[in-house]
Amino acid sequence: MIIEDVLCPFCGCLCDDIKVEVEENQIVGVKRACRLGSSKIRGHERIKAPMIRVDGKLVETTYEDAYEKAARILLNAKRPLLYGWCSTVCEAQKKGVLLAEELGAIIDSTATVCHGPSIIGIEEKGLAGSTLGQIKNRADLIVFWGSNPGEAHPRHAQRYSSNSQGKYTPEGRKGRKVIVVDVRKTRTAKNADKFIQIRPGTDYEIISALRMIVAGKGDTLPEHIAGVSKADLEEVAEMMKSARFGSFLFGLGLTHTRGRYKNIDNALSLVAALNSHTKFVVMAMRGHYNVTGFGQVCAWETGFPMSVDFSRGMPYFNPGETAACDVLGRRETDAMLVIAGDPASNFPKTVVEGMADIPVIQIDPFENPTTYLSDVVIPSAVAGVEVEGTAYRMDGLSLRMKKLVDSEYPSDEEILANILECVRRLRDDN
Amino acid sequence: MIIKGGTVYDPTNGIFGEEMDISIENGKVVEKAKTGDVIDAKGLLVMPGGVDAHAHIAGAKVNTGRIMRPEDGRRGLEPKTKLLRPSTGYTVPNCYAMGYRYARLGYTTTFEAATPIIESRHTHEELEEIPIIDKGALTLFGNNWEVLECARDGDIDKLAAYISWGLRASRGYGVKVVNPGGGEAWGFGGNVTGLDDPVPDFDVTPREIIRSLMKANEMLRLPHSVHLHTNNLGKPGNYATTLETLKAVEDIASSMDRQVLHITHMQFSAYGGTGWRDFESKAPEIADYFNKHDQFTMDMGQLIFGSATTMTADAPLEYANARLLHAKWSNHDIELEESSGVVPLSYGRKMPINAIQWAIGLELALLTESPWKILMTTDHPNGGPFVNYPEVMTLLMSKPKRDEEIATLHSLVPKRSTLATLDRELDWGEIAIMTRAAPAKILGLKDKGHLGIGADADVTIYNLNPEKIDPSKDYKKVKEAFSLAKYNVKGGEVVVKDGEIVSLPQGRTYWVDATVPEEHALRVEADLVDKFTKYYSIQKSNYMVQDAYVTNPMVVKAGVI
Repeated sequence: MIIEDVLCPFCGCLCDDIKVEVEENQIVGVKRACRLGSSKIRGHERIKAPMIRVDGKLVETTYEDAYEKAARILLNAKRPLLYGWCSTVCEAQKKGVLLAEELGAIIDSTATVCHGPSIIGIEEKGLAGSTLGQIKNRADLIVFWGSNPGEAHPRHAQRYSSNSQGKYTPEGRKGRKVIVVDVRKTRTAKNADKFIQIRPGTDYEIISALRMIVAGKGDTLPEHIAGVSKADLEEVAEMMKSARFGSFLFGLGLTHTRGRYKNIDNALSLVAALNSHTKFVVMAMRGHYNVTGFGQVCAWETGFPMSVDFSRGMPYFNPGETAACDVLGRRETDAMLVIAGDPASNFPKTVVEGMADIPVIQIDPFENPTTYLSDVVIPSAVAGVEVEGTAYRMDGLSLRMKKLVDSEYPSDEEILANILECVRRLRDDN
Repeated sequence: MIIKGGTVYDPTNGIFGEEMDISIENGKVVEKAKTGDVIDAKGLLVMPGGVDAHAHIAGAKVNTGRIMRPEDGRRGLEPKTKLLRPSTGYTVPNCYAMGYRYARLGYTTTFEAATPIIESRHTHEELEEIPIIDKGALTLFGNNWEVLECARDGDIDKLAAYISWGLRASRGYGVKVVNPGGGEAWGFGGNVTGLDDPVPDFDVTPREIIRSLMKANEMLRLPHSVHLHTNNLGKPGNYATTLETLKAVEDIASSMDRQVLHITHMQFSAYGGTGWRDFESKAPEIADYFNKHDQFTMDMGQLIFGSATTMTADAPLEYANARLLHAKWSNHDIELEESSGVVPLSYGRKMPINAIQWAIGLELALLTESPWKILMTTDHPNGGPFVNYPEVMTLLMSKPKRDEEIATLHSLVPKRSTLATLDRELDWGEIAIMTRAAPAKILGLKDKGHLGIGADADVTIYNLNPEKIDPSKDYKKVKEAFSLAKYNVKGGEVVVKDGEIVSLPQGRTYWVDATVPEEHALRVEADLVDKFTKYYSIQKSNYMVQDAYVTNPMVVKAGVI
């Protein structure tokens, strides 16, 4: 059986044109997806059964036992943290927010070590964005800044940006200019008309210089700005101003270098100013397929998109104080639930060391480094392959993920609902 | 259930302040209930549940407001309780707070004012999370490529077929039009300047778009009329565009017993002056026109001093706002369909423009003779948050209250508006019309906004005795009573008692399923296949809102006969 128009549960592109061939409840073919997506849809070795740590070793147990152990760990904690959420569907995320409320926990997503600073930048300035289709149909200038879709979002160029075709862009790549700003010549840079190589950590200065040139105050700039020639930046500024529709697509290269959210603030200000000359939009190149969805769900449920602390019985949001790395780094967190994320691979070393000292519950279809420091491991069905549900693309567009095959594993949502039920029952017993 | 002995205002059924019982069974008003609880409403004001026909309560732009405004989220915090989830926010509350706050005000129905088809899944995700109230969403059609092409070609049959498809795809209730043509022009940073300024690349004018959509709307016999946000909204001198728009559609007849066009948040479209310097009210001109024409309706879009979050599909307006005020600016352009923007701002009493805007909203309501023609709204959260409705009600009911307010405002108010000269004070019946009967009638909700036999058992009891209290003098007491309903009964269930939420039923979502002749549906289908193949960034099969997102639907049938 061929299933058409499948959504890919890998990156923020959320491609929805994948063809999947299923035979006897097995995925036997994946077409149109990139290698990253194809490998996720085909799947790999799974965690076989729920496990709990006994005498330092993970041993198999029943789901009921794992739920109860997880609930007890969370109930006994003074400052539990529920973390991850980027690779599951909104239905599970909603359940997670409810669990956090019930526990008075902190809930945070992988954005905290990803586009979290971008969101703080947006809080400062707002975001002048669009859907990806708008870029496809209109953009004659694409700026990739600190983003490398050539490797991280392999189908982005073809479907949505530099090489896509649309109503006002019938020539595709030929009718467009592409500018890449990065610290090294990436695969994306090889496709650029203009590549500006900058020194790590100088994004803020370069963007400030561009803003001055766009504002007509370039005269006061020196000949070189952070090692980049003024003439190059004047050329870039001119390309930006003279575009009919420009788009500024930034990645972690801008978000996670020196300046962090201030870089984003500056980039958003540049785009706002460019709109006095022409049309310009800006977008964060979000990584996991539904990290955007967590921000949306968390915002409509709590008022805030991440790093929400429920210990006061109502949402309190103060990244820098309430983000996952903050509370773990201060050794405040005394129990952690990790779902659809892998902090052991992505957090700073000292923070991971903190995780090793506290009970950790993991919910995931696949083993990853976080498994090694988990005390309860609950395997789940793969959202978007074995479970249907909602995901938000990097531009905020929501789509419904399909279920392709049946699974013997429970969904993330089911697992969370069971833990929540145990939490309520155990609390009532006391 | 019987609500006993209240002083009932049910304008639809000609009841204005009669002492009577309301019997309820199975969620409906009945002749006589056999069993059930008795609520003693003796000496208390009883009205149908409030109906809000225009507020931005769900979807991408509301959530954009939340995400860009953590400072707003920190206001209005209420902790979780055994029953309730936590509340946050003032201008952009979280979903739960939306439901709780409407219920406490005595409202039972609210319609989200604008959803682009392609982003309607998100809108419904949020609507589903809003507890208690019934809801629906108006779907944006004013800048949609298929609409522009049909209007250009004068193909009303095909346009009607597209609207039918778009309402089904978005699970939407009606045709919302925002700055027609301007949203498409904004795709390249432009706008349209008036009714006859052609939309770039589409060879169609706003006049043609509005007329075509209205004709198609009436051809489909939709329960609601076209719901229009005018061109040039928010600009000095725009009352001329507003009047020109109305005159341009005087020949179009309504297919139903309702208005043929609803112009929304009129306050923002009733401005005189050639610029901000000589900015002035043209509310008298607008009201005069409405007094002479019965086929049009409007809502106030009243401004509330303090924090607001403006959010609209009128994206060029938002960019202008942001540049003028040096405010945060979010923009969101939507492929083939719309553009939109969000800008937080604060309305100041001493700011001459804001103070005059405040006066214009009230002038419109007081100068329009029939309360059936003008609804009370704040265009939440554009003019201000809906929790301020009691403030607006008391302003309309009390001249002394208005005078007291005007004394605190910029001194230009009496010079640039007629408000200070208006003595009219609305009575209980008129308030019941503007907040219940008329919005239900204008939306075409037959079972809402009244308490006749068969109506939805949505009933509000306020803690005031309309026989004894003089709202002109005792406006503080009136505001207090309107702010926290003594009882709010939703679908026969008590949801608020003494101002506290006591139960959380899941509300219904209204949407319109309109049928069209197959030949036209097929022509639209062919166009859609072409557009999805060439232009959309998603597949057609993934586009339509699935049933999973509307778990408690109320489907209203319409269509071409």
